[in-house]
Amino acid sequence: MIEVRNLTKSYGDKLAVSNISFKVEKGEILGFLGPNGAGKSTTMNMLTGYISSSAGEVLIDGVDILEDPKKAKANIGYLPEIPPLYVDMTVEGYLSFIYDLKKCKLPRKAHLKDVCNLCKIYDVKDRIIKNLSKGYRQRVGLAQALINNPPVLILDEPTVGLDPKQIIEIRTLIKKLGKRHTVILSSHILPEIQAVCDRIIIINKGQIAADGTAEEIASDITNEHKMTLRIEGPTHTADDKRLITDAVKSISGVKYIRADMEREKGIYDYDVETDGKTDVRREINRICAENGWNILMLQLSDLTLEDIFMKITMTDGGSEKESEKKSRPAPKLDLKVGEDGSLNAVNEEEKDTEKKEVSEESNGGEE
Amino acid sequence: MLAIYRREMGAFFTSGVAYVFLTVFWLVSGIFFYNTVIAAGNADTSNLFGSMFIIVLFLIPVLTMKLLSEEKKNKTDQGLLTAPIGLWEIVLGKYFAALTLYVIAESIIFVYAFVINYLGDVIWPSLLGNYFAMLFLGAAFIAVGLFISSLTENQMASAVVCLVVLFVLYLSESLVSGFANSKSGYLKLVYKAVTNVSFYSRYIEFTRGVFSLTSVLFFVSVAFVFNFLTVKVLEKRRWS
Repeated sequence: MIEVRNLTKSYGDKLAVSNISFKVEKGEILGFLGPNGAGKSTTMNMLTGYISSSAGEVLIDGVDILEDPKKAKANIGYLPEIPPLYVDMTVEGYLSFIYDLKKCKLPRKAHLKDVCNLCKIYDVKDRIIKNLSKGYRQRVGLAQALINNPPVLILDEPTVGLDPKQIIEIRTLIKKLGKRHTVILSSHILPEIQAVCDRIIIINKGQIAADGTAEEIASDITNEHKMTLRIEGPTHTADDKRLITDAVKSISGVKYIRADMEREKGIYDYDVETDGKTDVRREINRICAENGWNILMLQLSDLTLEDIFMKITMTDGGSEKESEKKSRPAPKLDLKVGEDGSLNAVNEEEKDTEKKEVSEESNGGEE
Repeated sequence: MLAIYRREMGAFFTSGVAYVFLTVFWLVSGIFFYNTVIAAGNADTSNLFGSMFIIVLFLIPVLTMKLLSEEKKNKTDQGLLTAPIGLWEIVLGKYFAALTLYVIAESIIFVYAFVINYLGDVIWPSLLGNYFAMLFLGAAFIAVGLFISSLTENQMASAVVCLVVLFVLYLSESLVSGFANSKSGYLKLVYKAVTNVSFYSRYIEFTRGVFSLTSVLFFVSVAFVFNFLTVKVLEKRRWS
């Protein structure tokens, strides 16, 4: 549906976007993730034909955006970072203008009503946009993108300025739209991308730093593990803490262990860091079983999307990541969404035995 | 193009620009009408049209100042430029909206004609000739104003620059009039060049009863060239 080949944009000497290529299939929701100034908006502006590319091409449904802009643009609904609203018009007047602008052929009244209902702005349709709150303006912006039912929706930070309830509403709406439209959405809010997108592209310094599902990206860049353990000793005292710390430390592959706060009476959390090559969980389980300690929780905490994001955006682009990937065999990981909505990486081999026990326990103990 | 035309027309009235423009235009032209026709006891409207040049010069910037600068400032141009329409449609939609308001303002002439009709005989050929001359003059000036508006994000800057440009066009002839009999070939060339692109003398020609087709063609060409330049400015912004 959308194909981007070697897209590059430079402003003088400054390279804003450099050699980006990706493809989005029909019905896919793609998330653009990146720190401020990474080139997300520039890329989106090129996708929609607002600015030209210095090199490379953008094909929307097989049509080049620079060669046949009218035809390509007719397939796109675009919500820019700042919604292009004429603030002195009423909501209905504005949407009607967009309807004319897009040369929409659908029945006017019914279509506008549909769009208004979808974005929940039907109640404010007679008000002047100037007097609307930021949240409503954002939704009017989304509504104008939806007019004429374009097969491709490009949304630049669609939830900026909304309150938490509205954010959830918009996310649900985007998910719903994803069934009929191809959606590209950008954000620097990680849970948002996580909640909505099928696929994620992380952009950093104008380059694609990672591309794939959250799982794929996680397994690509992992190199060290952190985990949180909650172990119950027999005596429920600080002695337990020392004993357990020493025992776990003696396991080969454990680089570091630190007793964290007391979760329940006499029961401590332990932060464990491993070298990333050895999987120490079975060993931990064995030691605990031998000593009669109970593992109440085992959580790999190293691969939330935040960590992935930080990791990618702190390093200097993709080359370093590539070499790391080759030198270290990446453990096979599976991403699980925890109770609190956080994304946790779990080793895929033998999640059956250990994990059952772990997840049951952690449900009770977690906040 | 129609969508943009209609929105612009609406915006003129909701933003109040239309009211200011029409009020000032009609008020000042009314004063001129009283002085040159009624008080002078003269049924000929040529003098009235001669004075109108100044009104047009001062009021066109008001009409065009925000047409494109405001779009850029509020980022609404992003909506227009990503819509499935061409740049010419955007520019011409705005151009014709401004031109329509100008024609509405200018058509006050027919009210004056109605008044003259009661007092004496209307000299229709002269009146209509001048009416169209003024229309073409406005068409050229609006294109210049629209072009200047496309260059900046600040509508005050747009208005002031437009006013200065139009004023220079107006004054340029009197500035170089001394060069006419100059011995230096260079100065003569300057004189020729300036008088060839003069707006004022071409316009005044009409009020003297000459309906010059070259001048009409000149005004229309100016309008086309500046609209073309505006389109290029929008296009260039995309490529920069």
